[in-house]
Amino acid sequence: MLKIARYAIYDILRNRFVLAYGLFWVLVSMSFFNLESDPLKGMASLLNILLMALPLMSIVFSTIHVYNSYEFMELMLAQPVRRSALFMGQYLGVAVSLCAAFGLGMGVPVLLYDGSPRGLLLVGCGLALTLVFVSLAFLAAVLTRDKARGIGLALLIWFFCAILYDGLVLMGMFAFSDYPLERVIIALAFLNPVDLARIAMLLQLDSAALMGYTGALFHHFFGSALGIGLAVLVLAVWVAWPLLWALRVFQRKDL
Amino acid sequence: MLQVQNISKTFGRLQVLDAVSISADAGQVVAIIGPNGSGKTTLIKCILGLVRPDIGTIAFRDTTVNTDPSYRRYFGYMPQIGRYPDNMLVGQLFNMMRDLRRNDATQPDEELLEAFRLADIFHKPMRTLSGGTRQKVSAALAFLFQPQVLILDEPTAGLDPLSAEILKEKVLRGKQNNRLFLITSHIMSDLDELATHILYLVEGRVVFFKPLPELKAETGQERLGRAIAHLMQKFNH
Repeated sequence: MLKIARYAIYDILRNRFVLAYGLFWVLVSMSFFNLESDPLKGMASLLNILLMALPLMSIVFSTIHVYNSYEFMELMLAQPVRRSALFMGQYLGVAVSLCAAFGLGMGVPVLLYDGSPRGLLLVGCGLALTLVFVSLAFLAAVLTRDKARGIGLALLIWFFCAILYDGLVLMGMFAFSDYPLERVIIALAFLNPVDLARIAMLLQLDSAALMGYTGALFHHFFGSALGIGLAVLVLAVWVAWPLLWALRVFQRKDL
Repeated sequence: MLQVQNISKTFGRLQVLDAVSISADAGQVVAIIGPNGSGKTTLIKCILGLVRPDIGTIAFRDTTVNTDPSYRRYFGYMPQIGRYPDNMLVGQLFNMMRDLRRNDATQPDEELLEAFRLADIFHKPMRTLSGGTRQKVSAALAFLFQPQVLILDEPTAGLDPLSAEILKEKVLRGKQNNRLFLITSHIMSDLDELATHILYLVEGRVVFFKPLPELKAETGQERLGRAIAHLMQKFNH
């Protein structure tokens, strides 16, 4: 598995996307920190970009990567290599490359300009979201044989998580505004990894005060050890379930 | 050595293989022939575990092949269209395969690598290779780890006459060394030189599977191409 991951990384590094991706994060973080005199504000803007762009880029790149490496996979599967080892090796290769590019690209500027635990949390959220969306991408790519459809499915997942979900939750809040919904909303936040990362970060940026009673409740919940532990656990589940489902499909797939 | 028992496979509504059973032993060269879309490649892919049959079993050396991939250590596969990672250099491809198979005790067989002069193109990326050169790479890879069973899918289709001869010689030597070959091809004259057995597939069903001399005797024809034509006419009537 590790050997396969290594060759996947070689292959990814050769096509330069990952380098550009890392540079993109360097540029974005540098410019926001330089535009805003207050690093806290810079970080809030950075968070908004991150929550949109990172899931999109990681899911699209990973989906395309899976389709492009079908040749490699065919070659490997004619060798004494387990399908599970091949699949997990590929996942590891993509995840490590993207995490390294993002971690360095955003991590270094954040450390230089901010250097607080908040900054580390921001980078941590980004890394967790990378793992989640690479995992979702692998699922999208094994569910359909057709590349265009697979990428379409990946975009749909992104659109749902990054944009549509919030709208639906807001609509629900308006519709049921007569009822106490705070707990329901905490539960709903757990159903979307992007929201989970957003809330965890916003609370660190002290914008929670702007969110009224719900914000206070969030603060109370995510401030507790239980809340943080649960959030980490849920993100881990978000990495695991699409990946395991994709692995199951892949093991029965005809190549 | 290799038993295929009663395998069937459907892709959607299309029945690609229908209760195919064959049994082959070391030292045989089984030619798989049949019209386009008769299931030849799917049969090969089932044997390699690339395609999972709906029902039926495949056994290698009396052990049923399941999800454990270790049996493929004894298999060499030359695909119909060799597709490789585009950015990988030819030399890197061979290094990678050697690295992956490092645990194998066998001495790599580099005869084809030398005969095709592949070392001269080690610095070229795979995407720049012509179809025929890719075929040479595929062939050299298939033979590299001294496999007991060699599965060649249309091996001579894109090769120049000289390279095709080199490959055929290699197959004949392998046959003498007690290897088992499964070869699909539309070039009857090639198969006539190499094959010991003929497997004829039509629409996923085995029409016949018999030794070449027997086939020739039955049809009264000297050449494989004629014998097949003779039988096809008989089936059509």
